[in-house]
Amino acid sequence: MAKIISKINTRSQDFLDNAAHMQTQVDDLREKLSEIKLGGGEKSRERHIGRGKLLPRDRVNALLDDGSAFLEFSQLAAYKVYDENVPSAGIITGIGRVAGQECVIVANDATVKGGTYYPLTVKKHLRAQAIAQENNLPCIYLVDSGGANLPNQDDVFPDKEHFGRIFFNQANMSANNIPQVAVVMGSCTAGGAYVPAMADESIIVKEQGTIFLAGPPLVKAATGEVVSAEDLGGADVHCRTSGVTDHYAQNDHHALEIARSAVDNLNRVKPVTIDFQEVIEPAYPTEDVYGIIPKDTRQPFDVREIIARIVDGSDFHEFKALYGSTLVCGYANIYGYPVGIVANNGVLFGESAEKGAHFIQLCAQRKIPLVFLQNITGFMVGKQYESGGIAKHGAKMVTAVATAQVPKFTILIGGSFGAGNYGMCGRAYDPRFLFMWPNSRISVMGGEQAAGVLAQVTRDKKEKLGETWSEADEQSFKQPIIDNYEHQGHPYYASARLWDDGVIDPADTRQVLGLAISASLNKTIEDTKFGIFRM
Amino acid sequence: MFSKILIANRGEIACRIIKTAKQMGVLTVAVYSDADKDSLHVHMADEAVYIGPSPSRESYLLGDKVIAAAKQTGAQAIHPGYGFLSENADFCRNCATENIVFIGPPVGAIEAMGSKSAAKNIMEKANVPLVPGYHGDNQSRDIIKKAADDMGYPVLLKATAGGGGKGMRQVWSEAEFDEGLEAAKRESMSSFGDDTMLVEKYLTQPRHVEIQVFCDNHDNAVYLFERDCSVQRRHQKVIEEAPAFSMSEELRAKMGESAIQSAQAIGYQGAGTVEFLLDFDGSFYFMEMNTRLQVEHPVTEMISGQDLVEWQLRVAAGEFLPKTQDQLVLNGHAFEARIYAEDPNNDFLPATGKLSLLKTPIESEHVRIDTGVRQGDDVSVYYDPMIAKLIVWDENREKALQRLAKALSEYRINGVVTNIDFLYNLATSAPFKAADIDTGFIEKNHDLIFHNNEKPLVNELPIAALFLILSKENKAKQQAQQSNDPHSPWYNANAWRLNEANLHTLVLAHNDTEYSVTVEQKRKGNDAYYSIDVNGEKFDCQGEILTTPHNDDTIVATINGHRSQTTFNHFENTISLYRTNGVLNFTQLLPDCGQNDDDDNHGGLAAPMNGTMVSVLVKAGEQVSKGQALVIMEAMKMEHTIKAPSDGTIDEIFFHEGDMVDGGAELLAFTAQENTSEESE
Repeated sequence: MAKIISKINTRSQDFLDNAAHMQTQVDDLREKLSEIKLGGGEKSRERHIGRGKLLPRDRVNALLDDGSAFLEFSQLAAYKVYDENVPSAGIITGIGRVAGQECVIVANDATVKGGTYYPLTVKKHLRAQAIAQENNLPCIYLVDSGGANLPNQDDVFPDKEHFGRIFFNQANMSANNIPQVAVVMGSCTAGGAYVPAMADESIIVKEQGTIFLAGPPLVKAATGEVVSAEDLGGADVHCRTSGVTDHYAQNDHHALEIARSAVDNLNRVKPVTIDFQEVIEPAYPTEDVYGIIPKDTRQPFDVREIIARIVDGSDFHEFKALYGSTLVCGYANIYGYPVGIVANNGVLFGESAEKGAHFIQLCAQRKIPLVFLQNITGFMVGKQYESGGIAKHGAKMVTAVATAQVPKFTILIGGSFGAGNYGMCGRAYDPRFLFMWPNSRISVMGGEQAAGVLAQVTRDKKEKLGETWSEADEQSFKQPIIDNYEHQGHPYYASARLWDDGVIDPADTRQVLGLAISASLNKTIEDTKFGIFRM
Repeated sequence: MFSKILIANRGEIACRIIKTAKQMGVLTVAVYSDADKDSLHVHMADEAVYIGPSPSRESYLLGDKVIAAAKQTGAQAIHPGYGFLSENADFCRNCATENIVFIGPPVGAIEAMGSKSAAKNIMEKANVPLVPGYHGDNQSRDIIKKAADDMGYPVLLKATAGGGGKGMRQVWSEAEFDEGLEAAKRESMSSFGDDTMLVEKYLTQPRHVEIQVFCDNHDNAVYLFERDCSVQRRHQKVIEEAPAFSMSEELRAKMGESAIQSAQAIGYQGAGTVEFLLDFDGSFYFMEMNTRLQVEHPVTEMISGQDLVEWQLRVAAGEFLPKTQDQLVLNGHAFEARIYAEDPNNDFLPATGKLSLLKTPIESEHVRIDTGVRQGDDVSVYYDPMIAKLIVWDENREKALQRLAKALSEYRINGVVTNIDFLYNLATSAPFKAADIDTGFIEKNHDLIFHNNEKPLVNELPIAALFLILSKENKAKQQAQQSNDPHSPWYNANAWRLNEANLHTLVLAHNDTEYSVTVEQKRKGNDAYYSIDVNGEKFDCQGEILTTPHNDDTIVATINGHRSQTTFNHFENTISLYRTNGVLNFTQLLPDCGQNDDDDNHGGLAAPMNGTMVSVLVKAGEQVSKGQALVIMEAMKMEHTIKAPSDGTIDEIFFHEGDMVDGGAELLAFTAQENTSEESE
């Protein structure tokens, strides 16, 4: 393979300015997250620890293999969505290694509103299960939740992708031999009771875990029976009498050890059938990407410079370099795993889209995972292009992306606008994982363009009525639209709503992709059957 | 020369004798008990004969069986080694009756030295100096005082009925004599009802210096210089050296001649050792004579260049001594450290177990290891728990001592608690280096050797933490290599976290103090480094654990720019760091999983060490109260009483009086009574 020769001057003022700008954004992300990662308020954390319970992040750490990475999802979930602060939507999800197996871990954070399920908590839980399902990863639920958040029940309970789907997924994953392990480390009330009950194997902590369909207050209201939570659904009841749980744990650490032991006995072997190579670190520091991404989003940059800082040895076997050059396609390795990279290097033309469709077909045929580096303002517009059939060329690429059965990974490294998002494997195209850089933006079109379109429509209307519209008035009409697009297109806004799996530090891209690709290989890559390509 | 000999011993000394016999072309016969059926000495010998069950009184101490084995195999001579039958006059006599040569002194010499008081009488007649003293019946003040004045101060006044320090007074000058005598008599009378006194010269800083002598059957005798065995604990030698430090040629010759006189006074033949107490002023006094090859004979071999076992065989076969006194040259300095399965932190209680790892320093002209065990062997409860003798030699004491420390730091044993760390601390301590040694050495320097008063040095905690992180990484790498997904970044044990510091948290304990250590995994380009936080103080660390075949127990660590190498030992959760100033042990504390909560109230009681059940004071079904003595065990001549941890009932007793018990074995089943504890909730 050919090594990408970087043309970046890391001493130039542009580079330094860009780097400083990205650093500010990364610092902001880290700062926001450092607050979010604390979970609930200090008092509720203290109360939690005072009961002899571990904080949810400590539970995850204790569950994981010593030194294992934890690829956490949607840290910003519910960020500034609800009137009250619900850090990480009150649930921690991610992939980590347990007893040598990559597992999806779902841990309620009881310090956040008692671990109750807000609509986005449900969405995040379901997304973690979808990741488990798509990648064939065992699930470990660390349950400590009061169940559905009652004030929000209409957005939590009734619909297809609501609370009930959790148990539907458990049943169906279990059916597909994707193991479901539940550790009851706190309350597990009402619907929540089904998490351990539906699990393949369940563990409960004495004097901490309780499972019941109705808690003591509801029982008293319904039948007048007075019973303590422990007598109603504690570890002794469920391990010795009811059989709802299988393992009796002395404390949190013990419960997590039992969970590890349960995973150790799953008899699973990762079906790695890919032609992996030795790992070679990129020839250029990954941190350089800070200085490569222009401060001014309208400035172009060569995406190969980014690729050079993500792939093994900066080696890149580029496909059709001279054709449709606004889309860069080629083969590389990440942590030794072969990948096909599809990266934007400008607006998509018909040729670029055709090339992309061709390349995706190749990767699907050869069962090479696909990595999309999105920085796309959209497909080219105008008479010449419409008549050249850009819609059908775009459709070919979208068809290829939609039906390719290889694992797909999408990173938003810049703009993600319009149909470009579709062709480049946006959220709707089921990439196994989708991450955003802090500088990225996502919306149906750019704020300026949207404001321009809306202003043009308004001006047309006004002119029809014979009204005049001053430049200043137009500007004050456009500005709120631009601001709104900027606000809604911001990665925090997107991540808060789970349009992605998380906002990542650009310097971590290689690490994140490596972990994600490796995890995805737990699922055997299937043959692809493409749809009709409009010719 | 004999064509075949039998070795009536086991362990390292049996192996040691077989080695020389082989070199001389002499066939060897080993004897073995049940416990030793697969032992090294059995494998090394040309033949081996089973002589009985594991306890030595039913095997190695049975002279008749040993003699029968010799006759069965046609062995012409028996080498008794040390211990067991080596100083047993009856056995020696029986050998003669059976026409088998006993490789050792004649019966008369054994008998003469068998009784200490009789031995002293013989020595007194032979003009061998004894510790001056007056043991007479005439108890008049003047007689006792004259005896004291004659021997010179300080003196020790002792009650003849005494013990435990009662009725004993040191008298440092003539002026103090009367006061001391009165006090000692008064105390003796009140303690023992008797005030008979004896007076002896008080040696303030006595050293234990012994002379190796050798005599043949043709009236020739030589001395092979001396050994200093002053470093002792509970009268057991720990580190021996030869020659003794600051020993003048005159004194050496004087003591040597005196030792030969002692030997000749009893018609000695073969290898023997005359033990003296050497006072700081150069005066020395006969203590006793050991009529056998000593454990510590290798140090003499190292400095004299002679093989003492070969000498023994030749002398026993009637040959002349291989060298005359003039031909013997003292060369360099040697140390021997005795490596024992024992717990220095638990009063040197002997330990047992399987030697799951046994890695010795590489042997060379400077380093010699005499051992009778291999990796995987058991250290059993039945015999002396010595694992090996580590012997080093170099041109002078300083160089030899340095080699000793290095070799100790390279000695790796897992599976059994050993005294290696203790020996290392001892060998590297300043007073030992300075040869500021007498028989009270270990007591005097206890804190120094056990590091009781030392905080972990600022560099050692980061090294221990770094070691744990690096070994975790190495372990993960190994697992990766064995997997079908060897390059997966999931195998990087770097604790990677999204958008936050990658932290490893550890709790390390040293001397009962706990330290929370946070290790942040960082990168500089492609190089990993670690920011280690100990109580708020940060250290930038880098390092690697060497993995070359001959060097897999060294960590190279750069702490805040200071690069150093440290030898380590990692067993279960304990990390030992061998530093120039001694061994530091850190224990990694893991989270309490509480599995044993359930067992708190009905746990069995375990034996604190290996030993013998001396008496069982309770019966099954008996109600006992907290603190009540249940059983008494004996080990290393010390009794240990096991008491009830709380009120409760004895369910079952698993051992009878006289049984051998392995350390850690459950002695009895005990059920605590509910709600009786005084725990304040």
